[in-house]
Amino acid sequence: MTERLFEGADWDFHILQRVHDACEEVARNDLGLDVYPNQIEVITAEQMLDAYSSVGMPLFYKHWSFGKHFAFHEASYRKGLMGLAYEIVINSSPCISYLMEENTATMQTLVIAHAAFGHNHFFKNNYLFKQWTDADGILDYLDFAKNYVASCEERYGRIEVERTLDAAHALMSHGIDRYPGKKKLDLRAEEKRAGRRRQHEEEVFNDLWRTVPKGAAKSRSALSIERRRKLLGLPQENLLYFLEKSAPRLAPWQRELLRIVRHIAQYFYPQSQTKVMNEGTATYVHYRIMSKLHEQGRISDGNFLEFLQSHTNVVFQPEFDDPRFSGFNPYALGFAVMQDIERIVSKPEDEDREWFPDIAGKGDVMGVLRDVWANYRDESFIGQFLSPRLMRHFRMFHLHDDPEERAGIRVDAIHDERGFRRVRRELARQHDVGFIDANIEVVDVDLSGDRRLILHHHVIKGSQLNETDAKRVLQHLADLWTYDVSLIEVDANDKVLREYVVSPRPIPAAA
Amino acid sequence: MHIIDRRLNPGGKSLENRQRFLRRAKSLVQGAVKKTSQERDIKDVLEGGEVTIPLDGMHEPRFRREGGTRDMVLPGNKKFIEGDYLPRSGQGSAKDSGPGEGDSEDAFRFVLSRDEFVDLFLDDLELPDLAKRKIAETESEGIQRAGYTTSGSPANISVSRTVQLALARRIALRRPRKSEMDELEAEIDACTDEDRRAELVARLEKLKAKAKRIPFIDPLDIRYRRFETVPKPVAQAVMFCLMDVSGSMSEHMKDLAKRFYMLLYVFLKRRYKHVEIVFIRHTDRAEEVDEQTFFYGPASGGTLVSSALQAMHEIVRERFNPSDWNIYAAQASDGDNSYSDGELAGMLLTEKILPICQFFAYLEVGESGGSAFDLSDSSLWTLYDRLRNSGAPLSMRKVSERSEIFPVFHDLFQRRESQEKTAP
Repeated sequence: MTERLFEGADWDFHILQRVHDACEEVARNDLGLDVYPNQIEVITAEQMLDAYSSVGMPLFYKHWSFGKHFAFHEASYRKGLMGLAYEIVINSSPCISYLMEENTATMQTLVIAHAAFGHNHFFKNNYLFKQWTDADGILDYLDFAKNYVASCEERYGRIEVERTLDAAHALMSHGIDRYPGKKKLDLRAEEKRAGRRRQHEEEVFNDLWRTVPKGAAKSRSALSIERRRKLLGLPQENLLYFLEKSAPRLAPWQRELLRIVRHIAQYFYPQSQTKVMNEGTATYVHYRIMSKLHEQGRISDGNFLEFLQSHTNVVFQPEFDDPRFSGFNPYALGFAVMQDIERIVSKPEDEDREWFPDIAGKGDVMGVLRDVWANYRDESFIGQFLSPRLMRHFRMFHLHDDPEERAGIRVDAIHDERGFRRVRRELARQHDVGFIDANIEVVDVDLSGDRRLILHHHVIKGSQLNETDAKRVLQHLADLWTYDVSLIEVDANDKVLREYVVSPRPIPAAA
Repeated sequence: MHIIDRRLNPGGKSLENRQRFLRRAKSLVQGAVKKTSQERDIKDVLEGGEVTIPLDGMHEPRFRREGGTRDMVLPGNKKFIEGDYLPRSGQGSAKDSGPGEGDSEDAFRFVLSRDEFVDLFLDDLELPDLAKRKIAETESEGIQRAGYTTSGSPANISVSRTVQLALARRIALRRPRKSEMDELEAEIDACTDEDRRAELVARLEKLKAKAKRIPFIDPLDIRYRRFETVPKPVAQAVMFCLMDVSGSMSEHMKDLAKRFYMLLYVFLKRRYKHVEIVFIRHTDRAEEVDEQTFFYGPASGGTLVSSALQAMHEIVRERFNPSDWNIYAAQASDGDNSYSDGELAGMLLTEKILPICQFFAYLEVGESGGSAFDLSDSSLWTLYDRLRNSGAPLSMRKVSERSEIFPVFHDLFQRRESQEKTAP
């Protein structure tokens, strides 16, 4: 029998090293994972709370909302409403995993298997992360951002910087390029070129506004609508990008702040599209690694039972009528689908052969899974791999709630032959961020008139914007644009449902 | 792979963000703090504590979609078949559950540290500006022992603590004792049997090697004495609480007075490292009492205000030299005084009390519901009014409701250009 990695619950740094090496052996040899180098950091509960509040990032610029989140998390933690996450992991190279000091040796092993190998492999190999994030550059970039924000505060005043950041944060979810085509984020070069680019943009930008015609008659001919829209890059759904490039009266440092927020939003965009897959991968990986370590006798039965208990808690899926229910648990769903893929690949049944002809009985479990991990996001993953067997297992059903329908909420499909495809399609759609986020874009700027910025919200399924919030966000937008902003909500037939018009607040006397 | 121990990193990384948040939420938190402090006792207010603020005031807006037709896939279907209808409310209806956390941020409680609490509590208040305050703010630094540390200058090595730790370590690691080796050596000397001797020598060698590995004193054992600088206040403050407990003072009136004293105490505590409070209660005679007796002890009788003033004067003379102490007094009374006492009280105040006081606050408490301003001025009020008009450092207010306490206090102590001299 192989020597145990540890006995009991205590751990020390030597044990962490052995645990990491043991996990790595399984991860590389048995699972064929390909990971960034690991860096493991042991932190306290307070530091964990701190990391929570700045979206898990070790270096972040200062802003009051992080303080708010800290106070909020701390309050619920103190009251015992919330346990702390066992780990936080950062998509960077080296890949940083935070371990809490209170964890037992078993938990540390679980966390290392989960984060340092599961998440790490996913970050390094999934196409979205490859396309949109720059693991090598992120930490340096955050460092740059932190210092840049601090230097702006020193120069232009904390209040001014806060105003700009508040506005940028309000628009953060609309500061994302959703479709590839632009080149991959290169944060290091980004940072290096910040100064030079600034100057260049100033010139380009000035040119643009110099085209604003002096006389009305000349304008129409000189600047056709199409050309104007093209110059401004319209329509544009990345509001932060648009403001950064085209807002007429922003100071260069404000543009840089918008850029920073935009880059961070973009960096996190893949994470929001891959919650189920990312957690599923990490959970699947830790389950395989822990089982293997136990098989090898490196973890005692007692410790393995402790692991199983945590694992079971993590993948617990309450049913819809359970008071604990709050949507699908990404850990449970992701893990279940991946285990199911393992089953389909190794021991398929007739139904599986019919539904998954490409992978059923293929035999190479890890090969298939690695391919899935690399090439899908939540929406396509569920749309492709959720099997009838799992839909039956979770007893999924699809509800359609039409406020016009008097009789109530209709059950549109259930887990039966007729319903499988519809349930699966609908669940996949629910995991499509492109579908969840409001579809808002800048469509035009009234250059010949009052420079009003015109945005459209394309309403889907009659779901309009929350009015209070929309007004507040638009206020921020108008403050940055410094002229009126109007947002028009239109349905699929271009019928106008509602229009907001917001004027900028006067800029307080510059400090 | 690197393992990094970050636990010893300087904590409080969130402090800056927390302060920004508090600054931002200041008016909200301040409101909450004031509300909280109304429900608490004098000591508790200084402990800091939980306040609840609406998170809505700190809302970070974003475009959110709502309404319209909704589709959802849920787990756990037990009985429904396609085409069923679920009632919208009550059992069995689907809950509104977008994935991720909901917007449950209506209000949240968080814990303010004592300093944060009191800071916000007293944010825009200031002591009446008087000369001695300047002294109060200058502090000298003293040095005080503060335990042991693992680094320091050789001069500060604590021999006893070092030896103690070395001993503990030697015992824990089972370092062979010298006596043990001596015994063994003696035994070897005395031993005649070759085999036995060889065995003993081997044992001795082993012990010696072990003793070498485990040093008698290891750098790890060394401890230094640690010193800490502590501020030593030069000036101190004393507050005299003078309360009329004669038969005419109701529980309600005492409660009002108590709240006022509490605020004053907290306020002074903030300004000075050392605040003394002297409780004096009086009927027709005055006595110095503890807090409990002051507020809750039964007493009754006639009213002679001068007795309290006399008592205060004596205590000052005995214990609080006006050149070292900032002296404050707050008097709460329903305003009744024995008719014959007015002149004596006035004399004591002008000649003995007011010249040594930084500030004298007079609070006239009335019955709840009754408006204090309807009645004609009480005898005390008339007396104080006269003194104030002649320029004494004196403030006076009337209070009849609990909720008025803070505004009145605030009014008395708010930051202003110079001390009020004229009637409100």
